Amino acid sequence: MQRVKALPLLLVLAMSPLLAGCQWVIMAPAGDIAVQQRDLILVATGLMLLIIVPVMVLTVLFAWKYRQSNRKADYDPDFHHSTKLEIAIWGAPVAIILVLGTITWIATHRLDPYAPLARIDAARPLAADVEPLRVEVVSLDWKWLFIYPQYGIATINELAAPVDRPIAFRITSSNLMNSFFVPALAGQIYAMAGMQTQLHAVVNEAGVFDGFSANYTGHGFSYMRFKFHGLSQDGFEAWVAKARASDDALTRAVYLDVERPSEADPVRYFSSVDAGLFLRIVNMCVPEGKACLRDIMRSDENRISGLGRMGNPAALASARLEKALAGDTLCTPQSPQGTGPATLAGLPAVGGAPYGVRIFSE
Amino acid sequence: MTKHVKLPVTDGAPVFFLTEEEDAHGHHETGTMLGFWIYLMSDCLIFASLFAVHAVVGGSYAGGPAPVDLFDLDLVLVSTAALLISSITYGFAVIAMQQGNQRGTLAWLAATGVFGIVFIGMSLYEFLHLIHIGATPQVSAFLSSFFTLVGTHALHVTFGVIWLGVLLVQISQRGIGEANQRRVMCLSMFWHFLDLVWIVVFSFVYLIGVL
Amino acid sequence: MALDGNLQQLVFGRLTFEAIPIHEPILVGTFAVVALIGVAVLAAITRYRLWGYLWNEWFTSVDHKKIGIMYIILALVMFLRGLADALMLRLHQAMASGGGEGYLTPHHYDQIFTAHGVIMIFFVAMPLVTGLMNYVMPLQIGARDVAFPFLNNFSFWMTTSGAVLVMMSLFVGEFAQTGWLAYPPLSGIDASPWVGVDYYLWSLQIAGVGTTLSGINLIVTIVKMRCPGMTYMRMPVFTWTSLCTNILIVATFPVLTAVLALLALDRYVGTHFFTNDGGGNPMMYVNLIWIWGHPEVYILVLPAFGIFSEVVSTFSGKRLFGYKSMVYATAAIMILSYLVWLHHFFTMGSGATVNTFFGITTMIISIPTGAKIFNWLFTMYRGRIRFDVPMMWTVGFMLTFVIGGMTGVLLAVPPADFVLHNSLFLVAHFHNTIIGGVVFGLFAGIVYWFPKAFGFKADPFWGKVSFWCWQIGFWVAFMPIYILGLMGITRRISQFEDTSLNIFFVTAALGALLILFGTLAFVAQFAVGYLRRKQPAYADATGDPWNGRTLEWAVSSPPPAYNFAFTPVVHDLDAWWDMKERGYARPLTGFRPVHMPHYTGTGIILSALSLVLGFALIWHIWWLSAMSFAAIIVAAIAHTFNYDRDYYIPAGEVAATEAARTQLLAGKVAS
Repeated sequence: MQRVKALPLLLVLAMSPLLAGCQWVIMAPAGDIAVQQRDLILVATGLMLLIIVPVMVLTVLFAWKYRQSNRKADYDPDFHHSTKLEIAIWGAPVAIILVLGTITWIATHRLDPYAPLARIDAARPLAADVEPLRVEVVSLDWKWLFIYPQYGIATINELAAPVDRPIAFRITSSNLMNSFFVPALAGQIYAMAGMQTQLHAVVNEAGVFDGFSANYTGHGFSYMRFKFHGLSQDGFEAWVAKARASDDALTRAVYLDVERPSEADPVRYFSSVDAGLFLRIVNMCVPEGKACLRDIMRSDENRISGLGRMGNPAALASARLEKALAGDTLCTPQSPQGTGPATLAGLPAVGGAPYGVRIFSE
Repeated sequence: MTKHVKLPVTDGAPVFFLTEEEDAHGHHETGTMLGFWIYLMSDCLIFASLFAVHAVVGGSYAGGPAPVDLFDLDLVLVSTAALLISSITYGFAVIAMQQGNQRGTLAWLAATGVFGIVFIGMSLYEFLHLIHIGATPQVSAFLSSFFTLVGTHALHVTFGVIWLGVLLVQISQRGIGEANQRRVMCLSMFWHFLDLVWIVVFSFVYLIGVL
Repeated sequence: MALDGNLQQLVFGRLTFEAIPIHEPILVGTFAVVALIGVAVLAAITRYRLWGYLWNEWFTSVDHKKIGIMYIILALVMFLRGLADALMLRLHQAMASGGGEGYLTPHHYDQIFTAHGVIMIFFVAMPLVTGLMNYVMPLQIGARDVAFPFLNNFSFWMTTSGAVLVMMSLFVGEFAQTGWLAYPPLSGIDASPWVGVDYYLWSLQIAGVGTTLSGINLIVTIVKMRCPGMTYMRMPVFTWTSLCTNILIVATFPVLTAVLALLALDRYVGTHFFTNDGGGNPMMYVNLIWIWGHPEVYILVLPAFGIFSEVVSTFSGKRLFGYKSMVYATAAIMILSYLVWLHHFFTMGSGATVNTFFGITTMIISIPTGAKIFNWLFTMYRGRIRFDVPMMWTVGFMLTFVIGGMTGVLLAVPPADFVLHNSLFLVAHFHNTIIGGVVFGLFAGIVYWFPKAFGFKADPFWGKVSFWCWQIGFWVAFMPIYILGLMGITRRISQFEDTSLNIFFVTAALGALLILFGTLAFVAQFAVGYLRRKQPAYADATGDPWNGRTLEWAVSSPPPAYNFAFTPVVHDLDAWWDMKERGYARPLTGFRPVHMPHYTGTGIILSALSLVLGFALIWHIWWLSAMSFAAIIVAAIAHTFNYDRDYYIPAGEVAATEAARTQLLAGKVAS
């Protein structure tokens, strides 16, 4: 009986050679952020094992020692309270959680995906003048669109970045809620329609890594994968040149075609991208004549009293029509936005909104 | 039950069972009120969820009409008054019942029902009017939330009125016996609860919406 | 022709012959098997003239013990369905990771994992928990029934109606392909236009009515119907955990009801709560559903903790160590479980401070949970531990659950969650806690209280086979899943590029097979026990086969309809142990009539009408929806006109029942 009660422990032991032999991407990532996340997993696990291992050992020990057939063991049916022991059994978990909670506080703030990077890896701080590579990520049904605003190119289902250059992702979705995840690079973040999320990361090793959606989105979900290429600076420039050589241009019309649901799409390059396309996608106003979220929300916020319109459907309808017509004003220069730290090339900046807030209601 | 019963300990020898049972109905009486009260709290959480939703999307007009375009506070004030008065008449019904006055109970309950119907009628009128001018629940999240929150409350009042009708029949058939008294008290809790919810709806949805 | 089409739509809504999946061989096969078994069961019932017996003694019963047993039977039947789903998924993944595409289409695969989750949580774990609470708790507090016996029957049948609706989706139409929580926009009308999500919505709504009402019922029972002397701090721990679980049920299921109703409005009326456009906000759904969803986890696991407390104390022959701290820990978990919901979506882009808050509150829950583990541990310390099957499940739980707890705390660290969220690591974690905690606990409870319910023990050999198959099968099935998670493999995926994953999926499938054997052995222990029920080692003449400590062991096995001929009086924690210690003598004379509620068929009628209503709404058969809804109202009103709801069991009948037990006990002494 005792033999198999130690089963979980034995299994863990039996797996340790596996642990050493296999390339588990979460445990052996290629980017500094993911490396720090891995280290955090190991530290937290180690801390918890401080209490888990004694508990498991004591469980097996007590189960064995106080079995009914062992008449030599003490039997004390009235032992049901001990203040000292109670303090210890509450105190030990409290102590562990205090330490782990502190670590969590520090790590969560340091590894905030919205915070720009401070270092390239553990040994190298980030130079002040380094311009991060900007990538705009759009999850479509069921494929990934990557726009490189600094290079004016876009790709479907292929992502590339130079080694050791920070990458600033802006992430949104055309429709369903996906999760943008390249395990070798950094943790995931959700991609949601009408919203913009952010991720900052850097890849420290050249190579080809898997990327995919981690949040289930239905029929084509399993095929929603792409390769992430960590390239040398030369290799990256060659890759950009390859994309620029494509005959395809990502105009609004082309985007609307690409956006339609499809599965297992091949890699595709676009040599140019319509200005402001990503902002239009985030604002769900790529089709001609569709009002942008930002303007709708601004008009919602600056609501002028409409008292007196009640009972007058014609006035209400015409007011709504006016608003719809006035909706297409996204890229005007007097945009009141721009509180964000960085400005996308040629576009009014959109500050990263905190969770739960549509991006323009900051 | 625990609190009312003295432990029958006789001269050192412990007693392990009750030989004399108290009235077996006793615990059901209070149990029903407690159970109904817990039900109301769970219902309250449904409303709380709807209020939370309204707090999130109540300002999302999606280019459609806003509260200032839609709400007629005069109308709402009248329906609020109707509901508040119905709570008072229900109170009188309970007093009449406790005095053993069956006819008074019936009359006050009927008056409550009339005010309830007035309230429902006005809610219905408001909804139909909004739909008529194009402000339907499909226009925006704000309107979806408005129709759902106010509609859920109106639906509750409707069930309350149906219950009231059933109770009127039962009281006229069987008088104000123990079972019917319990029912009147449960419905009373329900009715006052709906009144409270409405006060929150009125301030939170209508007043704040328009101001 | 157009008129015909309109007429058909008017009469049948969207229901057409195409809705019957005759082109899916797997489903046709399943249907054939289910139909054969169904016909065989119905024929047997008819042949042996059991319809009247079932209707009169069981279906219309308001006896909490019979309702408890029916809940558990419902759960075990649904468990077989859920397990079949799991095996199909494991087989598919093992095939698809080996270079093929597997044997399931995405449409089918997506339905299976959704159904697996929904069934296991709502129609297996919940009815098991409710069933055990129903059976045991009133006996533990010395009550004769629950506070509202009719409501209890109604709650059971509503849960059953929900389960039936889920099962119907297998053969008429489809089930949701959204995952068990049906996040919008995927569950919205644009992405999921057909009936799958509607089946999901209405089955949960119908079952949810039952769950909420049963929660209210059991709270009132505990608060109002404890026997004299049983103060709150003398309640058995299982009763305490039942109280906390039912408070959680009543305080969270309304949120689920509300959020599912709003999703239904989005789908049926075209509102904009959770849509991408029109000002809707899908994140609101995610928040609301987890405000219900996280406490739900504790709704399931707290009663399991209560069972372990009873079992470990009984089989160690000791009073539970740290009863008070156990009670406080339970209450603390209950409250804290409301403050952690956001840890299910750290990756939604909340700020670091918000994430940290919810991460740390989550970790804090592990403190009372850890204290509980230590309390069980020190109950075993200096005990005389009998390793009967319930105790084996308990020790297995302690060794398994701590690992699940550890990976859970790991997932509560937001930056770690960023790489582990939505991965198979997460899947392994919650199976680790739900199988290692909830399933082991409920199985321990079923085996522990089985002799109480039926008067004979389950067979220990098959019980042990079941335990070892589950224990080993669990680790074989889920250790590879943990590893796959660390390899960056996402949950709910059906196609794999990397064939090196194959060995892990194959191992996991073998583990699942072991679990299947464990399940069959679990059923076998009752069957074998039944065959040997007359043998002295199996029969329970005393009513107290385990040398128990709480009041349920004071009555006969199975207990009489009225539970206690005289209401017991409690002087100490572990009331029955105290009575035995102090020479309690069973009363043999002076019986009085016992006040009891009448059986009624209203609950089953209302639930059947609700089932019709659900089906009609799913298929947009509006006339039937309106009629069944009206019928529900009328039936409910008609029920209120029935004032004759209770009767007295005559004193003579009580005396005869008790005399029979006296003889049984004497026979036991003689042999």
